[in-house]
Amino acid sequence: MALIELKQVSYRAGDQEILQDVSFAVEEGDYLTLTGPSGSGKSTTLKLIAGLISPNKGEIFYKGQNLDSLDLVQYRRQVSYCFQQPTLFDETVKDNLALPFAIRKQDFAEKRAQEALKQVDLSADYLDKKITTLSGGEKQRVALIRNLLFRPELLLLDEVTTGLDEESKQIVHQLIARVHQEGTTIVQVTHDQEELAASKQLLHMEKGGVLK
Amino acid sequence: MKAMAVSDLSLILSFALVLVPVAISWKEKLGLTRDIFYSVGRAIVQLVIVGYVLKFIMQVNNALLTLLMTLFIIFNAAWNANKRDPNPNRQLWQSIMALLIGTYITLGVLLLTQTVKLKPMQIIPITGMIAGNEMVAMGLCYKVLATGFHDQRQQVLEKIALGADVKTASMTILRRSIKTAMQPTIDSAKTVGLVNLPGMMSGLIFAGVDPVYAIKYQIMVTFMLLSATGLGAVIAGYLSYRNYFNKRSQLREEQ
Ligand SMILES: Nc1ncnc2c1ncn2[C@@H]1O[C@H](COP(=O)(O)OP(=O)(O)O)[C@@H](O)[C@H]1O
Ligand SMILES: [Mg+2]
Repeated sequence: MALIELKQVSYRAGDQEILQDVSFAVEEGDYLTLTGPSGSGKSTTLKLIAGLISPNKGEIFYKGQNLDSLDLVQYRRQVSYCFQQPTLFDETVKDNLALPFAIRKQDFAEKRAQEALKQVDLSADYLDKKITTLSGGEKQRVALIRNLLFRPELLLLDEVTTGLDEESKQIVHQLIARVHQEGTTIVQVTHDQEELAASKQLLHMEKGGVLK
Repeated sequence: MKAMAVSDLSLILSFALVLVPVAISWKEKLGLTRDIFYSVGRAIVQLVIVGYVLKFIMQVNNALLTLLMTLFIIFNAAWNANKRDPNPNRQLWQSIMALLIGTYITLGVLLLTQTVKLKPMQIIPITGMIAGNEMVAMGLCYKVLATGFHDQRQQVLEKIALGADVKTASMTILRRSIKTAMQPTIDSAKTVGLVNLPGMMSGLIFAGVDPVYAIKYQIMVTFMLLSATGLGAVIAGYLSYRNYFNKRSQLREEQ
């Protein structure tokens, strides 16, 4: 059974048809890359899979269950979406890393948060830094570990390396590779030549969500 | 009570005051003349009607009729508070609920402590004051919520995407809205008597009541308004933030 399956999914915003009859499946353990011109509906596809929006037509299945029948709040803890331009919230890095614990009614594990920071080459004292003092690359890395403190089943990455400096990019690549090795299924959207060249499963999207 | 009487003639002469804003509007080309006459006309008509209705209710002195009058005030306040909510998915029943609870709890405490008596002469103006201030606080709460969900939309989305429920994702915005809604009442409590002589107290002093006696009422009003605006803002805030989400815990599109 596929981990995620889209069946003839259409999505409309206002009177604009963004996706039309999109169907594809993601198997457990996959590392799928979605590419295509800007505005073709890649982000919309990921947001649909993440349960942040719902299709106007068609169905999405997670392990054989229709998303409509699932508690989406719980679901999003397993299917984690990382935004194209992530925003850190509240005041400090700690506020951001504390949320995944808080929503699971767990105490904040400072050690674990520090280790996670180390995985993206940020020192432990970043925890108390104000988010406004971070560089773009640092913000993106904090945003990413926010999604990974509790390992999701499926990680949805929306151009997370776009605009990053070379160093940040390598760090992010390493982390994603490790997460995939440890069993998380990955669907990424990218235009990056290097990432495209490295990808084994490639889906090309044209305007309206036509897949090739 | 003689000090309070305004003769019909002096009232008509004081109409000259209305000509001041009219002159300003005309001189500065503000285009407000029509609006000023309309609002003055409306105020006069409303007050005359209210005067006679209140006179009638006070003469009849019937508990049920008094209750009906408070419900009428509450419903009007709720209607207006709801209208101030910029969210297209606003719900009138939430404003009604917040005003019913906020007003009747405050009123209940005042009655139980025998600060006010169950007489229309006391209950009705007090209800008006409570509901009026609550209405302003709730309207403020709704506005700040709307601004928050607009300005911090991406932050809310991030929290939702991480698996937060709608309440957790809205908490920062909700807290600020409630705080902002209560702030004016708290602030005006700090300057009461020094800067502003509030209506209740002014009215009593105007009517010739000993100022030392009048302040007792003003202290009661201060307590009462803190309670009412607090309750109104909290209930309205906690009910209405959900209107920004759909049943699938998804943040609605902005219109
Ligand atoms: N909420 C929305 N309202 C209106 N148009 C939208 C909305 N979301 C996306 N779109 C439009 O849908 C198209 C696809 O968007 P998106 O999925 O972000 O594309 P991609 O990620 O492939 O660049 C774009 O033309 C975009 O402007
Ligand atoms: Mg995109």
